[in-house]
Amino acid sequence: MAISDDVLVIGGGLAGMTAAIAAARGGARVRLLSHKASTLRNASGLIDVLGTDPGGHGPLADPFDGLDALPQEHPYSVLGEQAIREGLALFDDLLGDRYLGAHTDRNALVPTHGGTVKPTARYPAATAPGLASFGTETLLVGFESVTDFDAPLAAAHLETAGVPFEVRGVTLPFPGEFRADARVTRMAHALDEDREVRADGPATGTRATLADRVADHLDGAERVGFPALLGDEHGEEVREELADRLGAEVFEVPMGPPSLPGLRLEDALEAALHEEGVRVESGNPVVGYEGDDRVETVTVERVHREVPYGAEQVILATGGLVGKGIRSSRSGVREPIFGCHVPQPEDRYDWFSDGVFDDQPYARFGLRIDEGCRPLDDREGVEFENLRAVGAVCGGYDSAREKSASGVSLATATVAGRRAAECL
Amino acid sequence: MVMASKTTVLVIGGGSTGCGIVRDLAMRGIDATLVERGNLTHGTTGRMHGLLHSGGRYAVSDQASARECIEENRVLREIAGHCVEMTGGYFVKRPEDDEAYFQEKLEGCHACDIPADVVSRKELRTDEPYLARDVEKAIRVPDGAIDPFRLCVANAADAEANGARIETHAPVTDVLVEGDRVVGVEVEHDSGPGKRVHRTPGTTEEIRAEYVVNATGAWAGRIGDMAGVDVEVRPSKGVMTIMNVRQVDSVINRCRPKGDADIIVPHETTAILGTTDEEVSDPDDYPEERWEVDLMIDTLSELVPILQEARTIRSFWGVRPLYEPPGTGTTDPTDITRDFFLLDHQERDDLEGFTSIVGGKFTTYRMMAETITDHVCEQLGVSEPCRTAEVALPGSEDLGSLDDHMDSFGLRSPIARRSGQRLGSRAAAVLSGSDPNPVVCDCEAVTRAEVRDAIDGSGSDLNAVRIRTRASMGNCQGGFCCHRLAHELSPRYEEDVVREAWDELVEERWKGERHALWGEQLSQAALNDALWATTMNMDTDPARTGVDVDFAAFDAGEYGFESEGSSGVAADGGTRGDQ
Ligand SMILES: Cc1cc2nc3c(=O)[nH]c(=O)nc-3n(C[C@H](O)[C@H](O)[C@H](O)COP(=O)(O)OP(=O)(O)OC[C@H]3O[C@@H](n4cnc5c(N)ncnc54)[C@H](O)[C@@H]3O)c2cc1C
Ligand SMILES: Cc1cc2nc3c(=O)[nH]c(=O)nc-3n(C[C@H](O)[C@H](O)[C@H](O)COP(=O)(O)OP(=O)(O)OC[C@H]3O[C@@H](n4cnc5c(N)ncnc54)[C@H](O)[C@@H]3O)c2cc1C
Repeated sequence: MAISDDVLVIGGGLAGMTAAIAAARGGARVRLLSHKASTLRNASGLIDVLGTDPGGHGPLADPFDGLDALPQEHPYSVLGEQAIREGLALFDDLLGDRYLGAHTDRNALVPTHGGTVKPTARYPAATAPGLASFGTETLLVGFESVTDFDAPLAAAHLETAGVPFEVRGVTLPFPGEFRADARVTRMAHALDEDREVRADGPATGTRATLADRVADHLDGAERVGFPALLGDEHGEEVREELADRLGAEVFEVPMGPPSLPGLRLEDALEAALHEEGVRVESGNPVVGYEGDDRVETVTVERVHREVPYGAEQVILATGGLVGKGIRSSRSGVREPIFGCHVPQPEDRYDWFSDGVFDDQPYARFGLRIDEGCRPLDDREGVEFENLRAVGAVCGGYDSAREKSASGVSLATATVAGRRAAECL
Repeated sequence: MVMASKTTVLVIGGGSTGCGIVRDLAMRGIDATLVERGNLTHGTTGRMHGLLHSGGRYAVSDQASARECIEENRVLREIAGHCVEMTGGYFVKRPEDDEAYFQEKLEGCHACDIPADVVSRKELRTDEPYLARDVEKAIRVPDGAIDPFRLCVANAADAEANGARIETHAPVTDVLVEGDRVVGVEVEHDSGPGKRVHRTPGTTEEIRAEYVVNATGAWAGRIGDMAGVDVEVRPSKGVMTIMNVRQVDSVINRCRPKGDADIIVPHETTAILGTTDEEVSDPDDYPEERWEVDLMIDTLSELVPILQEARTIRSFWGVRPLYEPPGTGTTDPTDITRDFFLLDHQERDDLEGFTSIVGGKFTTYRMMAETITDHVCEQLGVSEPCRTAEVALPGSEDLGSLDDHMDSFGLRSPIARRSGQRLGSRAAAVLSGSDPNPVVCDCEAVTRAEVRDAIDGSGSDLNAVRIRTRASMGNCQGGFCCHRLAHELSPRYEEDVVREAWDELVEERWKGERHALWGEQLSQAALNDALWATTMNMDTDPARTGVDVDFAAFDAGEYGFESEGSSGVAADGGTRGDQ
């Protein structure tokens, strides 16, 4: 007998995890199968909904103002505004006070580690005091060995971007002995543990030493921004202590991989999955399925054998080109598990544009869906009556240029999770 | 503003030929200036296969070239050890390849003094396990891999140390002719003169010289035109496709008379497939086509089957500066000789003080440079002998003691090893230049000290830093390190300079990656896009687009974080949007 559940979710990224939770909340018995870690360790941890107007140069103050101009195959156009609101509501409920931004429809502008600002809809509490939309004198602090963030340069860049406040940057040594190429996660743990460091005088904690070093450069700044490494598990405590010692607000600037805000989000969602009673299995890929108009079972590849998993409803959340839910070769682009239709130009030289930031056709690769998130075949019929697709495996949108990645994941995930549960 | 200056010999072109010439001139005590329109190696030299020829490839068709190759192969191993990896090479015979040609190749190698022996299938596949099962045998020759960037930079640096002036980003816009004599050139500095710094206003400079050498390779005809003489170069393009790992550890040549896609050269962490040979009319503007990339993979997988499924990280094209004397009339570019030609325009065109050098190969650059420099010295009445074959390049002196130094820099050993290979005898001096010394480019293991040393040498130009260090040339094609490299320009350079240099690097990386956009590399491109556009918002950065942002229209935070008047912008996007 095959293992059997009500709803089977394939893929453990933002979309898969929230879809599983939405289905569980709809009353379904849910199992989530994930091959590898999600892409969240690479992601900034921000939750974008829509940050630029199509064809415009952004940033868009209100994401909902931009919806009408999106193409009709865009998941937002297919699912409608309500789906986005539903997705955000689920997210807000799951993350509680760890994320902010729910009080308004407006986008916030968050300083990026590349030195500019970016529009986003939800941001971690650690990032909130750093928003660029108000005028508070700001000091950015970088660390000598953290090559991903150059505080003085970022400060100058923000000024060129026109931020309405004075901003300065300083580069300091991080307290304690680290290898020159230590990952930011090591520094975060040193702050979590408030490890003792011996500088010149008596040993003090990492936090106090850091605050001391920064204090010399404060010079009237009312908030201080650090690369996102202010603790992992005890982030809030670390920030509060630094803020107390400095007498200024303290915030994090989101960073590239390995991204602590992304990892923290992943931890929070994993805890939520557990709480909702979703069974999670990871480490083995789904490689195929059995069925005809319906998916009867999906096949998981274990070390020496293939194991079928049955379910009434299946949610495909395997990610896009990055997560490997969409694959390509010289001869074409495909969805590897179910062979769902992926619209694409025939010649691979039409998959890209010549300027790196021009509209990139490859960025829109993915499955077309109906209003229940069911993948559509090349004649717009549903591929399987009980298969739904969520997140980056869906196509027809360009998450990077639009700044819409997590918003699409959440909207599709809540619709698919709810519908799957309703169909039981 | 027009600046004016003087030099004894002016060399146009910063490829291997020009760099070799200017070093030779300077070592002979001649006051020399080199001008290059882009970075060093901007032309063909930076877009070639990186094979240090044993001469085997020419052992049947062109034995004179083959002899020169093996001779210079030996010289470069001595004077440029830190640019060379002696991988060894094979001429591999498949069942359908002609046995008679195999024998001819072997005899040809022996006739040209190229050490060559026949290797059985068994031995061959022990050495190179990914070769096709049905290869029959091979001829082993001393082919190697050579880094053209490092070699040119070392030549230029040594020339500077001997008093020469090197100007990059300084295209020659006119050749000055007075009566029947060339008396200098006019150059247009992009920025500067001096090292390139973005946004420094450009200038025009008139450089007067007693003698001018045109070493512009495929572009030599254009410089000829400026001087009113014909130089009939026939540019011929070739593609090279870079794999993300070394499927082979030695140079693999197909043993057949001639043909496209017949060689694989291992290079650092990659293997490079090549190439094609197609005449083009404009060396700056020619199509880069899909079939060329497909041909590399499909044909060379006959030798190494796993190439069919392997990941390529980019492709690039170069143009050969082929030349044939007027009237030869060869139709197939593969039949044009690979020999080089010294065209003294006084003998040829009654124009004094001007010589062009065209054709040839990278491997024999030093010998070509020696020939030219001898010729120039003769004109100038200088009798100083050439010493470039004996004096090691900076970085290649005393390579023996290198390993001893490496441990002392606190770098994890694979990183230290890579740095040591690139920097050669300069490693100790360079690596002690930065504390702490974090890794900036993970794929190629390039540390801050190496990057800053390159910036010392090349100004704000990150593509010049790239070719000196290999930073951003690995699997991720700069996705994880372009911004880090840009950061290293600060605080030496202002924000606007840094941003322009950064954008230029990003575009350059994308240009070559476009030809590898499928499979793993398309996934990589999508990840890079997410890092650059999603996380950093480089694409709609107001500093870049110039868009005026109404900051007050955006969410200012839930707490209504009070602005205490420092700059007085009150902005709460607030609850207006809520329903
Ligand atoms: C660098 C980067 C930066 C980002 N920054 C932002 C940002 O600033 N704002 C924002 O809103 N969003 C951002 N995102 C996007 C966001 O984090 C998510 O990637 C996006 O919402 C898509 O999520 P997903 O769950 O669809 O896909 P993924 O996160 O890719 O998850 C796919 C999952 O499916 C699994 N899987 C794939 N194939 C199989 C299989 N055959 N069997 C089993 N499991 C499989 C994978 O292992 C993985 O766990 C960023 C993403 C990246 C990569
Ligand atoms: C596909 C391919 C593969 C090859 N592989 C190998 C190999 O593996 N081994 C080998 O030994 N040889 C190889 N070669 C040959 C070798 O690359 C060339 O012979 C050699 O690099 C030519 O060097 P050069 O200095 O003469 O020309 P270039 O490197 O082209 O230098 C000329 C320079 O002049 C500059 N210039 C042009 N116009 C102006 C101007 N107006 N003002 C100032 N500067 C100007 C250009 O920017 C350029 O940098 C290959 C060639 C090709 C095309």
